[in-house]
Amino acid sequence: MTFDADALIDAAAPLLELTVSQAARPGVKLNLEIAARLSKLVMEFPLDDEAEPAPVFVP
Amino acid sequence: MSELATLSALDAAAKVRSGEVSARAVVEATLARIAALNPKLGAFTDVTAERALARAEALDAARARGETLGPLAGATFAVKNLFDVKGLPTRAGSKINRERAPANADSPLIERLEAAGAILVGALNMGEYAYDFTGENAHDGPSRNPHDLGHMSGGSSGGSGSAVGGGLVALALGSDTNGSIRVPAALCGIFGLKPTYGRLSRARSFPFVSSFDHLGPFARSVGDLAAAYDAMQGVDPEDPGQTPRAVEPTLGALGEGAAGLRIATLGGYFAKGAAPEVLAGLERVARALGATRVVEMPEADRARAAAFLITMAEGGALHLDRLKTRATDYDPDTRDRLLAGAILPAAWVVKAQKFRRWFRAQTLELFRDVDVLLAPATPVCAPALGQKTFRLDGAEIPVRANLGLFTQPISFIGLPVVAVPLWQKGLFLPTGCQVIAPPWREDLALRVAAQLEREGVCRAPIGRAAEV
Repeated sequence: MTFDADALIDAAAPLLELTVSQAARPGVKLNLEIAARLSKLVMEFPLDDEAEPAPVFVP
Repeated sequence: MSELATLSALDAAAKVRSGEVSARAVVEATLARIAALNPKLGAFTDVTAERALARAEALDAARARGETLGPLAGATFAVKNLFDVKGLPTRAGSKINRERAPANADSPLIERLEAAGAILVGALNMGEYAYDFTGENAHDGPSRNPHDLGHMSGGSSGGSGSAVGGGLVALALGSDTNGSIRVPAALCGIFGLKPTYGRLSRARSFPFVSSFDHLGPFARSVGDLAAAYDAMQGVDPEDPGQTPRAVEPTLGALGEGAAGLRIATLGGYFAKGAAPEVLAGLERVARALGATRVVEMPEADRARAAAFLITMAEGGALHLDRLKTRATDYDPDTRDRLLAGAILPAAWVVKAQKFRRWFRAQTLELFRDVDVLLAPATPVCAPALGQKTFRLDGAEIPVRANLGLFTQPISFIGLPVVAVPLWQKGLFLPTGCQVIAPPWREDLALRVAAQLEREGVCRAPIGRAAEV
């Protein structure tokens, strides 16, 4: 499935009360598309359910 | 111009401590050099002349009273303008932050350098909110490369690279989240130390990405770099991100060099996509150290990708309120990256943090039979100011995001690195090499850098483009 940056902007930005102006939209889209491409490298990498994230909270 | 302005930190300290010159004379020479050259270099955003002169006079008076001065007495330094400097708003390269109230105290790293006798002379230009590899700034203008004013200083600690490289100060402090100390060090031809994540206090500095933010020094010699680093170590309860460690001095061990160390060059990801002159420099370093082994850091491309995602998300979250109300006051390039980061899917970021732990374990395994790793610092020499793309591996790629290709996987897991400057015959701009050590072994990276400096393999001559 192709990544639809416009759809993400239209859905998520209002939820965070962010306005993405017409001037900003092409740059935001470009950055989201780069992030989506890089996220594939991360998401396709197999890790166990038990894998702990790097930061560990010390109470 | 007086040579007192361009003394190394340790040479200045030796002269001031012995009484050969006064701290005031060093500061006056430094202020004169800054006044003459900074209009061309764009390194400083604030010069704290009064404060520096008062401090110098206090040191000279202490010496006159027979007190012993600190190891950096009279050495000049300046800090990236995301460090709190008492009396200045901490602008962090932005337009928005300069409306903040002036800081009511110095950052602890400034306090520690001053406790060792060093003298703060000002705050330095930087990429907006540290989200930058170019050293350009939409509000303050670019900090320029001291070897060619038409080229980038590298970011985001661009003013730090420009000021030390141009001989305006002996030492500077910067921050490194994904490469912002190592990139300007490489582009400006100086030494930079990114210590282990959690080593130096980040208190009273403006943050960017809590997961990766590091602070560290720049210098034109390894001795100065080690002396500054040693002076800044130590536990600071004000920084919850710090790992409490005893002070582990490095300066005294520099003479040991690379003796007995097992050194390898990173291949795979780090051997692809660098310009021929960058790889030639790296080979010269490996040859000088007798490092014939090549090892792979597994999944370095995924490490870089994960660092990229975490940076976007944490940066976007940090700036969320300002993005709602002040979006037009950002540099548009920074704003668009932060806006995108603010709406990044959470699952990507959580997975990236899980991958980070996996990558850390794999890399620590690598250090079981290697003590020090070598890798390029940047893929290319300093690009021209305003340049948006560069050609690599047959593809045209954006400058801003890719100057940190080789630094990002390393800071992703917080390894200590010394960036060392290299010069190729026929080239007027330097390249850089990362000397990478296991966590908490800054001493090893500094020892190797010191040997390379002694043998003339790497050096940091003052860039004199602004003096012409």
